[in-house]
Amino acid sequence: MSATTGAMHLTRRSATELATAIAAGEVTAREVTDEHLARIDAVDGSIHAFLHVDYEGARAQADAVDAKRAAGGPLGPLAGVPVALKDVFTQKGVPTTAGSRILEGWRPPYDSTVVSRLRDADCVILGKTNMDEFAMGSSTEHSGYGPTHNPWDTDRIPGGSGGGSAAAVAAFEAPLAIGTDTGGSIRQPASVTGTVGVKPTYGGVSRFGLIALASSLDQAGPCARSVMDAALLHQALAGHDPKDSTSLDLEVPDVVAAAKRADVRGMRIGLVSQLSGDGYQPGVRQRFDEAVEILTNLGAEPVEVSCPNFEYALAAYYLILPSEASSNLARFDGMRFGIRVGDDGDANVEEVMSATRAAGFGDEVKRRIMLGTYALSSGYYDAYYGQAQKVRTLIARDFDAAFSEVDVLLSPTAPTTAFKLGEKLDDPLAMYLNDVATIPVNLAGNAAMSLPIGLAPEDGLPVGLQIMAPSMADDRLYNVGAALETALRDKWGHLLIEEAPAL
Amino acid sequence: MSTATVNPDFATAISNYDPVLGFEVHVELSTNSKMFCGCPTDFGAAPNTHVCPTCVGLPGSLPVVNEAAVEATIKIGLALNCDIAEWCRFARKNYFYPDMPKDYQISQYDEPLCSNGYLDVDVVDEAGEHRTVRVEIERVHMEEDTGKLLHTGGDTGRIHGADYSLVDYNRAGVPLIEIVTKTIEGTGALAPEVGKAYVTQLRELVRSLNVSDVRMEQGSLRCDANVSLMPKGASEWGTRTETKNVNSLRSVERAIRSEIIRQAEVLDAGGTITQETRHFHETTGDTTPGREKSDAEDYRYFPEPDLIPIAADPQWVEQLRAALPEAPSLRLGRLQKEWGLSDFDMLAVVSSGAVDVVVATVDAGADQAAARKWWLGELTRIANSEGVELEALAITPTQVARVVALVEDGSLNDKLARKVIEGVLAGEGEPDDVVAARGLAVVSDDGPLIAAIDEAIAANPDVVEKIAGGKPQAAGVIVGSVMKATRGQADAGRVRELLFEKLGVDA
Repeated sequence: MSATTGAMHLTRRSATELATAIAAGEVTAREVTDEHLARIDAVDGSIHAFLHVDYEGARAQADAVDAKRAAGGPLGPLAGVPVALKDVFTQKGVPTTAGSRILEGWRPPYDSTVVSRLRDADCVILGKTNMDEFAMGSSTEHSGYGPTHNPWDTDRIPGGSGGGSAAAVAAFEAPLAIGTDTGGSIRQPASVTGTVGVKPTYGGVSRFGLIALASSLDQAGPCARSVMDAALLHQALAGHDPKDSTSLDLEVPDVVAAAKRADVRGMRIGLVSQLSGDGYQPGVRQRFDEAVEILTNLGAEPVEVSCPNFEYALAAYYLILPSEASSNLARFDGMRFGIRVGDDGDANVEEVMSATRAAGFGDEVKRRIMLGTYALSSGYYDAYYGQAQKVRTLIARDFDAAFSEVDVLLSPTAPTTAFKLGEKLDDPLAMYLNDVATIPVNLAGNAAMSLPIGLAPEDGLPVGLQIMAPSMADDRLYNVGAALETALRDKWGHLLIEEAPAL
Repeated sequence: MSTATVNPDFATAISNYDPVLGFEVHVELSTNSKMFCGCPTDFGAAPNTHVCPTCVGLPGSLPVVNEAAVEATIKIGLALNCDIAEWCRFARKNYFYPDMPKDYQISQYDEPLCSNGYLDVDVVDEAGEHRTVRVEIERVHMEEDTGKLLHTGGDTGRIHGADYSLVDYNRAGVPLIEIVTKTIEGTGALAPEVGKAYVTQLRELVRSLNVSDVRMEQGSLRCDANVSLMPKGASEWGTRTETKNVNSLRSVERAIRSEIIRQAEVLDAGGTITQETRHFHETTGDTTPGREKSDAEDYRYFPEPDLIPIAADPQWVEQLRAALPEAPSLRLGRLQKEWGLSDFDMLAVVSSGAVDVVVATVDAGADQAAARKWWLGELTRIANSEGVELEALAITPTQVARVVALVEDGSLNDKLARKVIEGVLAGEGEPDDVVAARGLAVVSDDGPLIAAIDEAIAANPDVVEKIAGGKPQAAGVIVGSVMKATRGQADAGRVRELLFEKLGVDA
């Protein structure tokens, strides 16, 4: 239809613009999908954001949207808009690995609720994105299928565990992507790739069909290049699901309206003293301070807030997560799905299970399974898992106290910009410290967003700001995020992502 | 019927040791769907046809609690006089086994839904005295059943040594409740009877709630019996064993008796008891060691993070309490009164597990005494020899009632009635069909009877004299010889009538 519409043109448009253009008939869903598939073919060799590109499936979905539109049927709000799906969600018939060799070749017989909601919204699912194995990591280097590269500098990590989803969005391979955030796996990749990522309130988006890392922490959410795009995807995903017992049966906050409002006048914004200082890169601190100043100029009132128990968050997290993960990952035993190793006719069932797990799991997964198994052991449970749960309660109380004073809390999303591939691979503790600012929210179950606030002067890499809101007040993230984004766009003349080098 | 005689080894064991018992009873609930998914629970479907991502533990799947199962569990808890937790959680029990799809079982650990109850069970002691033993219930909790393994090849039938194993996950995720007693002490020689009475009466209770089939032979009620011995007068318990594969009420009694004898022999010889799981064998009546249950087994329980806590609304619990059916103990009291039975006779019905079938037979028109006679006598004998429960026999209470009616109207005598029952059990049809097909009707034409009576009178003049002399009880000899002459086909009552008629005396 529109011969003037070039590939660059379509892939660089926002989800909001694409949905409008498709609905208006300016462009077909098929064209949009084909352009994105072409972009993936062109650049993913150097990014490796995707583990599986579902060419046929995506085109079929796009054609279905076009047919539906031609027939005059009602279209979903994101009709025809391509989405990249973190490989941790089941999609019927499409290879799903969670970044692990142990699930190589598995094609689930069912759709996750996230996938069902995307279908309901008439989205087009392009394929499955790379991730740290079972979402354990902050760099995507722990993927069983090789790392993803940061589009800003392909020698650097794209964050993790959802580095594939963030990189796909940052590299214009998809306007939207789905991530999961257990300790920062949506927000930290957003931070280091100059994109927007949101961890909704725990229970806000169904976990059904999400391969569990730590059930009490995992939460699916949107990855996008702008706050409004994230809001549209968030709205499509959120809402009660009877298939997930922990899904909240509450009215979904109107995040799209909040993103349109973009007004912080009179709001109190808390600056968490525990999430600043020495561990944070100077350029990160500088951009953070500037962002706070912008919000202040927009009419918000900054308030220093102390959350003393955040100090213990990382320690508690690294007991709760491995404990739950050690149990969640038990089912990968070679008996019913995925690979099976050592079944030579002589080996007994324990030996086959053991050989399968030894061959199928990577080092980081094994490390956490061992940690968790130990922490749950009889005689250690109270000292480790039990204590960690108490810390969790204290952190939730810190949030409650803070939110009685302020509307949202702010911090840098990550202490540093993107580090080099390989730099922290042999130092798990250094890797874990990357999530120090994002973890408290997962422990307490409330909502948070990361959005880009500029490049660090010393390395020219994106810096992210984290906004934290109370449970089921996800709309505040979008209100504040959109206000800040608008101010920054006015200042720069474009979104930060436009400054990313061409691939 | 050998269990009635006192086993000398058992008597010796009991004279030296005090048995301590404990029971873990698993009851499969008869909800329409499984504990955590919507799959059906019907028994006997083709393997792996009642499965979905959740009950085979596919990656990404999640459990959702079946409310009907929670309700059933609360009903059982209330009927067992338990406290119902206002807030409790599920827990994961972690262990690797191929019949466990997730390699953990969703169960309850330190926060059971029901706790601190009791069941009063009735037994008769050695002196024939009626005794009530209070069995304290520690907890009633919910969990999910495992799949079923079939080991093929090899000679053990166990997983080790099998050529290959097949798994059927139809049963995986079926709601199970576990009823755990506190330790039961002080039962002495009555221990086996107390065990049997507990399981029997627990089964009646659960059945009355209509929440489970409670069929031991199908595995919808499974009993693990814990037994330990301590020297007479000691206060410290001995090491216990857990006996599984106890698949009938009678086996409960036999397994406990056999385990008491075995442990006593080990202890008498200066040995020690190994804490282990043992398997009861129906055929030999003894137990053999199974998996050793070492203390090292660590299930790493922790609260199930995929499920929100259960908070049973106290008002709802009270509604359930108010709607509980007549408690079996009250029902038994009512029946005992209606039937006019002694404690002893009533207990005989209860301990045979025959209450429901007797009631059903009476409802079908039979006299209670006749109904009890057949179910507790002939039919119990057959059930025991086949190692099944009364309900499992291939004869219905209605059919038994028909047999009773045929006896009452003189068409059958007891001996013929047994043959009719035999025929019904053999699948030869309704009682009337069996009578017709086997030609079992009592000889009702008086002609041949009168001839036989005349012969008997001629052969026994002295007996005739006694009867005429006012001793009608002497008629038995004549009746007996008439029955003999007619090869049992005569109606003894009619023979007696004809005899007295002929002799002109009033019976």
